Amino acid sequence: MHRALREVDFVNFTPVILWSDALVFLLLATCLATVWFVRQREHLLLPWRRVAQSGVALVSLLVLALFFGVGLLDSLHFRTVLPQSNGGEKVYSSEVLSVFDKLVEPLRTQTEKTYSAPFALTLYAKESATDTQGNIVREYPRLQYGGAHLADEAQRDSDVVWRTLTGGAAGFIAVTLLLVGIAAFRRRPQSGGVNAKPFFNGWIPACAGMTSHKAWQPVIIAVFILAILTGALVNLASVYHVLGTDKVGQDVLYLALKSIRTGLIIGTVTTLVTLPLALLLGIAAGYFRGWVDDVIQYIYTVLSSIPSVLLIAAAVLMMQVTIDTNPDWFTTTAARADMRLVALCFILGVTSWTGLCRLLRGETLKLREMEYIQAAQSFGVSSLRILTRHIMPNLMHIILIALVMDFSALVLAEAVLSYVGVGVDPSMISFGTMINGARLEMGREPMVWWALAAAFTFMLVLVLAANLFADAVRDAFDPRLSRNTL
Amino acid sequence: MIAYLIRRILYAIPILIGVNLLTFALFFVVNTPDDMARMQLGIKRVTPEAIDKWKQQRGYDKPLFVNTAAGGTGKIFDTIFWQKSASMFVFDFGYSDDGRSISREIATRMGPSLAIALPTFLIGLVVYVSFALLMTLFRGTALDWAGVALCVLLMSISGLFYIIGGQFVVSKLWHLVPISGYTGGVDSFKFVLLPILIGVIGGVGSSSRWYRTIYLEEIGKDYVRTARAKGLSELRVLFTHVLKNAMIPILTGVVVVIPLLFMGSLLTESFFGIPGLGSYTIDAINAQDFSVVRAMVFLGSVLYIAGLILTDVSYTVVDPRVRLQ
Repeated sequence: MHRALREVDFVNFTPVILWSDALVFLLLATCLATVWFVRQREHLLLPWRRVAQSGVALVSLLVLALFFGVGLLDSLHFRTVLPQSNGGEKVYSSEVLSVFDKLVEPLRTQTEKTYSAPFALTLYAKESATDTQGNIVREYPRLQYGGAHLADEAQRDSDVVWRTLTGGAAGFIAVTLLLVGIAAFRRRPQSGGVNAKPFFNGWIPACAGMTSHKAWQPVIIAVFILAILTGALVNLASVYHVLGTDKVGQDVLYLALKSIRTGLIIGTVTTLVTLPLALLLGIAAGYFRGWVDDVIQYIYTVLSSIPSVLLIAAAVLMMQVTIDTNPDWFTTTAARADMRLVALCFILGVTSWTGLCRLLRGETLKLREMEYIQAAQSFGVSSLRILTRHIMPNLMHIILIALVMDFSALVLAEAVLSYVGVGVDPSMISFGTMINGARLEMGREPMVWWALAAAFTFMLVLVLAANLFADAVRDAFDPRLSRNTL
Repeated sequence: MIAYLIRRILYAIPILIGVNLLTFALFFVVNTPDDMARMQLGIKRVTPEAIDKWKQQRGYDKPLFVNTAAGGTGKIFDTIFWQKSASMFVFDFGYSDDGRSISREIATRMGPSLAIALPTFLIGLVVYVSFALLMTLFRGTALDWAGVALCVLLMSISGLFYIIGGQFVVSKLWHLVPISGYTGGVDSFKFVLLPILIGVIGGVGSSSRWYRTIYLEEIGKDYVRTARAKGLSELRVLFTHVLKNAMIPILTGVVVVIPLLFMGSLLTESFFGIPGLGSYTIDAINAQDFSVVRAMVFLGSVLYIAGLILTDVSYTVVDPRVRLQ
């Protein structure tokens, strides 16, 4: 009895917070706090309203939100309890899993022997097998999981079509129900006559309780497309390897989805380093001038005069030496790979703050000659107060534009750095390691193209969405652009 | 002008000292030579003797800054800092791990790097500027919109894709040029063609869009209106007046990279097997040959600073109002 109770009490996993997870949650908290802060102030909200008027911006934001959702789920890590116990003490598996791994468990665990093409039923290479008469024949063996539910290989095409249709329909119905649900929840009296409006223009946005503004129309369409795609994908991925498998038989779709977190962390956590350095030094140089300016200019000229790839390579090589000579710092291989990722972010941050710093210094130099700053100075307002109350708020648009612009460049840089050999740990799943592993297989006959295609497609979608969103943010925040209409 | 140049070159010295100190700190202070030896030898085979031997072979067995054991000038000269770091100022880069002179390697590898980088740069500049001017000519129309959309799409694609995709389509499917290799001389024409093409295409997105922004800013100015009022055609206004006047912002971004062309491109050279400085660097990174990486860092900074000075000089060429004093 007593023992049974303890069994029930047992939590069979222990949460693990890797360094990168902690930084991700710190960033998330900062973002939420900023959103809350901005929502209170109409003048800060105004440029965001301009962003929300662009359909392209909203659709790319939606796509980015999906990617960030996957990345966040993939940042909740835990270790499960192993069945055996060490004298009553729980023994945790050395494998660190995430909530996302648990959600897509079949993708992770159903590994084949080696390469197989998308939707394939057989392996990519022939193997020797013994047939019923005892002869040894060379044939393509059936996959262990991919399409294992099919008795006859000829049924595959119709099964794929059927699963695509049913999955897509399920996604469509789910979103429709969701929108109707939201509409019922937020029913407004003035939306009485919406039925007269055309379908996409009036009814559906109104359903979702949104203002029937034009910009929402593409968003609703995008939501439906994404839902149909996701539904079909889920339905197909449960029985097929939709994007094939890699050399060791891992599902490529799983690898591509896992790469998202790595890319996002490189793109976002780096700003945690860039921003304070650029902001503090840039403002100090521009406001205090004199020797402070000289010193700071000297520092950033030195840093920016070293070609960035070389500086990053040198720093990463040295970081690798430190990690390799201190293997006892890390309890799991995941923690070790994660430390390398965080260190890479820091290195990228330290080598890339100079551009933003130069911009902020220039703008501060301009601002400090403004009448209102000089008025504040003559009133005896302290430097600190002038900096935080009068100068910082007027720099925010530059910072925001620089950050969203940098994001996509960083995601792309990760792949290149991993290729050069100074990127993430080879054991960490990322777009760079995927491309690196797959590019040597281009020479095979028939060609193994699916891992490359998957990595490049996922990267393209992520970076394109980020670029389009960044453009919309820049257009909305840049005061140099003339704006007649709101 | 001469006085200005001399002053600029003198200004460059403290910056190069900074670069030198930074790389020295990165390579010798963050991790001691012992750590590097342990890592290069592998964890298993590490004995104190092996580490000492490794350090002695590379000359890392000396004190960092001050050699108290040596007498006289040896106190300063017989140290790692003086022999490994300070010697770079006279471009004495020492020897790589496989025993070759780094300076000689750099001299022989600059040629192949330039054979790729220079044509890419020149053709690229012409293509980007013309494309941007065309978009400006058709500004506000569907053509302009399509051009910008194309640019955003092109700049969202990973540079690795251009190389891998280009190699696959042009070399493997169409068999137009060899996949990789280099011979030197005129024969290498067929080897450099594809890398140059890919290099140009890879840069279209970001460069053309950036030039377009510059031209659009320029086109709102008074002299453009005057030129139009004189009855000049829009093409003439763009290709003579605006192009010339937008030179300063364009030169700022362009001239600075000219000296860096010597360094070659890491990715292109390693994918296409070009024996240039880029593939030299990438090999050194993979082999963890620290002395080569240090030499390339220093060389890169020297070339960058040369680019900055060159930028200032180029201003005087395109704009007679700029006087360097």
